[in-house]
Amino acid sequence: MNGVHDMGGMHGFGPVEPEPNEPPFHSTWEGRALALNRAMSYAKLWNIDKSRAAIEEFPPQDYLAMSYYEKWALRLEKLLLEYGLVGADEVAAGHALREGKSLPRTLAAADVEKALTRGTYSRPTNTSPHFKVGDRVRTKNINPTTHTRLPRYARGRQGVIECVRGFHVFPDTVAIGQGENPQWLYTVLFESRELWGESADPTLRVSIEAWEPYLEPA
Amino acid sequence: MAGKDHDHHHEHGSELSETELRVRALETILTEKGYVERAALDAIVEAYEIRIGPHNGAKVVAKAWADPAFKTALLKDATAAVGSLGFISRVGDHLVAVENTERQHNMIVCTLCSCYPWEVLGLPPTWYKSAPYRSRAVIDPRGVLADFGVELPQTMQIRVWDSTAETRFIVLPLRPAGTDGWSEERLATLVTRDSMIGTGLARRPDEATS
Repeated sequence: MNGVHDMGGMHGFGPVEPEPNEPPFHSTWEGRALALNRAMSYAKLWNIDKSRAAIEEFPPQDYLAMSYYEKWALRLEKLLLEYGLVGADEVAAGHALREGKSLPRTLAAADVEKALTRGTYSRPTNTSPHFKVGDRVRTKNINPTTHTRLPRYARGRQGVIECVRGFHVFPDTVAIGQGENPQWLYTVLFESRELWGESADPTLRVSIEAWEPYLEPA
Repeated sequence: MAGKDHDHHHEHGSELSETELRVRALETILTEKGYVERAALDAIVEAYEIRIGPHNGAKVVAKAWADPAFKTALLKDATAAVGSLGFISRVGDHLVAVENTERQHNMIVCTLCSCYPWEVLGLPPTWYKSAPYRSRAVIDPRGVLADFGVELPQTMQIRVWDSTAETRFIVLPLRPAGTDGWSEERLATLVTRDSMIGTGLARRPDEATS
């Protein structure tokens, strides 16, 4: 979706403000919000792209106003309601009013280390990649109203295949319940002028990671 | 819902923010329903507060500076190379190390959310997740570097990696001059988190903290 989350190249947000000696969490609740999200993801009811899409779907004014962990907290609440794991009455009451449903799996303290290791997103295939390193490609000009990982600034642009990364789960379908639908994944490199025009920094090149359905031969 | 206001309340009084109350309520509900174990939540928080942080990435970089065979392996397959070290728990698949040279400086961003190599660098800093960084890194990386007090030669090529898939990137910064013969442990003290994101350079020996 053409949401405000897709920020590459936008102006007006001001300077980057590094915080010296930043703590892992600024408040205790931030750590709890992260942990709750991680523990519930472990149940495998939703995947990482569904989680991302849930945040992207917040109204833009809320997205911009909320801190990172506020988004995480509200995203979890939204998914719990959507999947029927928690009722709105329970959220309002601040307590469970019914027994929990049975989950595919729950996270025990002993398994936390395992849960914090990222899984693999590559899948077996007997297909061959359509493009090879050095091929010129053009990203498609797509504007789906649902989740995609092709950023707006890199749509309809010519680039070069720099690397074939493997055969990976396709976010655009897995985020909307249409299956993993794995696709070849590439690193595509763009010259700055192709992205930003004549006034671009000539020393700059930018790459994205792009799945084959985002690309056509140039 | 502005986060800064909440932090302000948190620092100066006992007033609980709306979000804090919501998170507490969620934890209560999910625990009562048997979906989560408090001990598991505690272990996750502790892992990110103590065990998983940029000190892990610094060890990897120092090893690559000191050991050419490891550097070659790291640049070829960072997941396998880091996994072979043993001092870091297994890292997930698709970790990619990109090398700074005298001619090219690398910078990592995720313009669409905040993808970051958590297992080697820990939690992303707030600025990495912020709109200013996510918007500007791909169009004005030199301006971003200036915000960090870093100025690169005008002839230096800049390469920005937008983490739009599950591949995760870590920058292998240039080894500072004057560090010949240093042990890996000592070299690691020069490796900052920002140097592994590409918004900073490794410390010079005279800037070493310990």
